[in-house]
Amino acid sequence: MSRAGVYLIYGLAALALVAIGLFAGRFVLYLTMRVMLLAIFALGYNLLLGRTGLLSFGHGALYAAGAYGLGLFNLHVSHDPLLGLLVGVAFAALIALIIGFFCVRQTEIYFAMLTLAFGMMFFSLIWNLREVTGGDDGLIGISRAPLLGLPIGRDYQFYFLVLACFALAVWVIHRIRGSAFGLVLAGIRENHQRTSFAGIPVKNYRLAAFVVSGAFAGLAGSLATLLESNANPFSAHWSHSAEPVLVSLMGGLQTFSGPLVGSVIFVVLREVIERFTENWMLWFGVILLAIIMGLRGGVMGGLEKRLGRARAARPGGAS
Amino acid sequence: MLESFVHVCLAGLSKGMFIWLVASGLTLIFGVLGVLNFAHGSFYMLGAYFCFSLLSHLGHNFWLGLILGPLFVCLVGYVVERYFLRYVYHIDLPYQLLLTFAFVLIFDDLVKVVWGAGSIGSPSVAGLSGSVRILGRLFPSYSLFIILVGPLVALGLWGLLEKTWAGRIIRAASSDREMASALGVRVPALFTAVFVFGTWLGAVGGGLAVPYVGLLTPGMGESIIIDAFVVAVIGGLGSLKGAFLGALIIGLLSSFGTRFLPTFDMFLTFILMAIVLLWRPQGFFGEEAAR
Repeated sequence: MSRAGVYLIYGLAALALVAIGLFAGRFVLYLTMRVMLLAIFALGYNLLLGRTGLLSFGHGALYAAGAYGLGLFNLHVSHDPLLGLLVGVAFAALIALIIGFFCVRQTEIYFAMLTLAFGMMFFSLIWNLREVTGGDDGLIGISRAPLLGLPIGRDYQFYFLVLACFALAVWVIHRIRGSAFGLVLAGIRENHQRTSFAGIPVKNYRLAAFVVSGAFAGLAGSLATLLESNANPFSAHWSHSAEPVLVSLMGGLQTFSGPLVGSVIFVVLREVIERFTENWMLWFGVILLAIIMGLRGGVMGGLEKRLGRARAARPGGAS
Repeated sequence: MLESFVHVCLAGLSKGMFIWLVASGLTLIFGVLGVLNFAHGSFYMLGAYFCFSLLSHLGHNFWLGLILGPLFVCLVGYVVERYFLRYVYHIDLPYQLLLTFAFVLIFDDLVKVVWGAGSIGSPSVAGLSGSVRILGRLFPSYSLFIILVGPLVALGLWGLLEKTWAGRIIRAASSDREMASALGVRVPALFTAVFVFGTWLGAVGGGLAVPYVGLLTPGMGESIIIDAFVVAVIGGLGSLKGAFLGALIIGLLSSFGTRFLPTFDMFLTFILMAIVLLWRPQGFFGEEAAR
């Protein structure tokens, strides 16, 4: 696809999102917000999985760090949503720094198991420190005060804050991928030994990728807390970390737009399946199975391959 | 004081042996196939539900259910390995893990469809339902039974792997897949056999869980699989000896944690896992170089 074509598609998507905010009903608004939150989570996560090649089971904890960071700040310090978001993201990044410092010493399955261990430690703290975190009830009664004088109490108002954060996240992650930093990460994925022979401190880069993706998980978590006005302890559970993996995988791991498309598919599919049956996990598992067995590049990977094939068939069509 | 100490130890031992029953299959499968199988917890759960169902159909003969139930689960394991897992051995780790995770989602919901989403109370076993008096306090005799079964399973596995012809082939294939294949071992068939055997171990663990846990819930596999992961990792992925020791340690740690530090019970388990992974990623008995 040509550059102009890509910009056209992103432009149209942005227009559609604004239009949804202005004209859509509550249900569509809510769904679209969930899609955007999931997309922020997955885009950040994919910086680690798709770019750096590290599989983390600790991102649920980082998401929860954002959620509880904002929640506790909101309940005990100030209702200001902007400050709250900053606190949530900063807290998630701090936790990511601590967890990541230990985890990046190992790779592959050992990295995955370490992130699982640290993530579950965080979960156990949230679960057991009832006085602070509310235990299994979570944090409730988080309010949406006006942001810089603009009311965000109602969904159609809050929507534009989510949209702004979403746009910011997409832009920043896109920039990161194209930057020298992002290219080094891809180098680490392809061959970490060679990258380190080139004089690059691989561990530091891995840690940086972990913290950045953790910060985005935190952003998604704190926005979700504002949206639902509560923080849920199960968001810290390791199984929640599987969600961005599924989303990235459905959309396509190696593509930038993969997690975006995957998030739309995930949320919409879930809604549709839940209309027909209570057992949406069953169908979801079947779909996941089909993706892994057959369509390993995800939807966007498959699409890209098809477009590439068409281009190759047309002489001189490559751009 | 002493009685309480002994009882906490016994509770820890029975919990540890119980985790071992599940972790042994997981470890065997990882050691030979190199796949970390999330669905192992589901096999455990299926084992429990199948045994439970057979119990009510077979006139409440627990032992008959324990023999027949896991065989059904083996069939499930066969299908999973033969028609799905086999095709992802050569691809990246995330895909393998996710494939087994997909089966977790499927089996969890299937159990809900077949047996209902609520918990089911499980029956007790004739002859083992009472308690024994140890140092003046009562201890459930079924837990004592589990403490005995654990080492028996370990002994059986050791004998199978070290003393039999089949065990020698399994060890050969696990240390060098290609060489074993060159020497005429039908590696794909062997992998299927090992996977089915591992599945059987998990399902038997589930069957034995029926009287032990008291309640059957559709999510029961997910909670045990994490304990089994911890144990397998601590002992050294792929090492049965390590998994046995790891299970003892985790069982005792969790039992003492529950007794003396209830707030940090779960925390202790995971911090131990993290420390072992950082200090010795290959675990207690893992091979030298981390893969």
